[in-house]
Amino acid sequence: MCTLEKRGNIYLLTLTGSGEHRFNPSLLSSLRAALSSLLCSSHAPNSALITCAEGKFFSNGFDQSWVRSAPPSQHRIISDLLRGLISDYLSLPMPTVCAVTDHAAAAGCALVLAHDYVVMREDRGFFYMSELDVGLKFVKYFEVFFNEKIPDNQTRRDVLLRSARVTAREAMARGIVDRAAQGIEGTIEEALRLAEEVAATVSDGSKLAEKRKLMFSETWRHVSAAGGSKL
Amino acid sequence: MCTLEKRGRVLILTLTGSGEHRLGPGLISSLRSALATARSDPSVAALVTAGEGRFFSNGLDLAWAKNSSEGLSTLVRLVKPLIADLISLPMPTVAAVTGHAAAAGMMLAVAHDYVYMRGDRGVLYMSELDIGLPFPDYFMDLMQAKITDPRTLRDVTLRAKKITGTEAKERGIVDKVCQSASETVAEAVKMAEELAGRNWDKGVYASIRLSVYPKLCKSLEIPQESDEAVRKHFASRL
Repeated sequence: MCTLEKRGNIYLLTLTGSGEHRFNPSLLSSLRAALSSLLCSSHAPNSALITCAEGKFFSNGFDQSWVRSAPPSQHRIISDLLRGLISDYLSLPMPTVCAVTDHAAAAGCALVLAHDYVVMREDRGFFYMSELDVGLKFVKYFEVFFNEKIPDNQTRRDVLLRSARVTAREAMARGIVDRAAQGIEGTIEEALRLAEEVAATVSDGSKLAEKRKLMFSETWRHVSAAGGSKL
Repeated sequence: MCTLEKRGRVLILTLTGSGEHRLGPGLISSLRSALATARSDPSVAALVTAGEGRFFSNGLDLAWAKNSSEGLSTLVRLVKPLIADLISLPMPTVAAVTGHAAAAGMMLAVAHDYVYMRGDRGVLYMSELDIGLPFPDYFMDLMQAKITDPRTLRDVTLRAKKITGTEAKERGIVDKVCQSASETVAEAVKMAEELAGRNWDKGVYASIRLSVYPKLCKSLEIPQESDEAVRKHFASRL
């Protein structure tokens, strides 16, 4: 489902396999387990985390087939796990860079924006909040998170209220993405460069995490409510 | 005061006549009635609002307020649910700003999801500072929701700047600038048709709009669904 490796002082968290990396309890729990190893132990200063994916998708959002097969009382498990995952990223004691290696849709976009920095592939792939197109409403923490991460009115309207398919270049122009690159490898390489640059400036990761939670205080209030409990 | 015209799935609401289309009790009531028609007609999937003549709307009917015992506070109170009607309308809305939009008239314009404006004449203008009037709280909430560039918001509210369509596009208030009033309406209708063609679920559209503007909807007293209701809706659709 995912692997965590270290390249020098940079951790690389990869969503593995050629599928859509849709969020079901297994994948979300694996991601949280990988991050928990970074949350709990102390690190060398000047570390950073990159999240990337193999194959033709970064992540296409929630696993609808899992949801259809689960009893209604269990549906909220994946929403709660995503909420916990966002709280993990907000708490991470090191800068985080998302390498959007291909399509990111719906909840997959939430994973992208949970990072401090975003590098996105420009030769293919869209950033696409598909909820309006597929007929899904937002629960509160999700709404609060997107409002804090995309403060510009026209951008937020186009992304959420128009279900726009946003390319890397457009996303950069509109402030959602920091850098664009060619190909999967090119995107990961650029993410590594950016991660090295920002890691060099952060020696005390725990102080960074405190400031990040303060910067996104409304989101933190909504995602930490469960006490960051892992299901 | 206003007319409704249906073109395919788009309803075009026009503020009629060559006057200033000032918002007094009569026009406010007509507009709310028109929006109720849009809301209740299942074949309507998008709304365009336009104006005839030199004005989109020049704001509250101050003359009426002066002559009435109830005064300006009544008009402020009456416009609030009109704005709420637009913010809660379960379909995409496009303002075709065909002329000057000032004060409450500018609020009417920016309360739409998309703002198209002519660039050859006409300004957006929050005149309150110039004429010595306060902003109702919900005006400021609407402006903070829709004008998210701090310097632009400052120029609009603290400088009473008159902003042309071209400048408004550059500064993120307007989505598209057109060469004339008729082109503005035509382009707005085209956009509305495109949006209607996406065939979005109306309830979901309305819900997501509230999610995009949660502080504004609290200010306008529009209730938002609980997470439980959202989850129930999700389960019902599987």
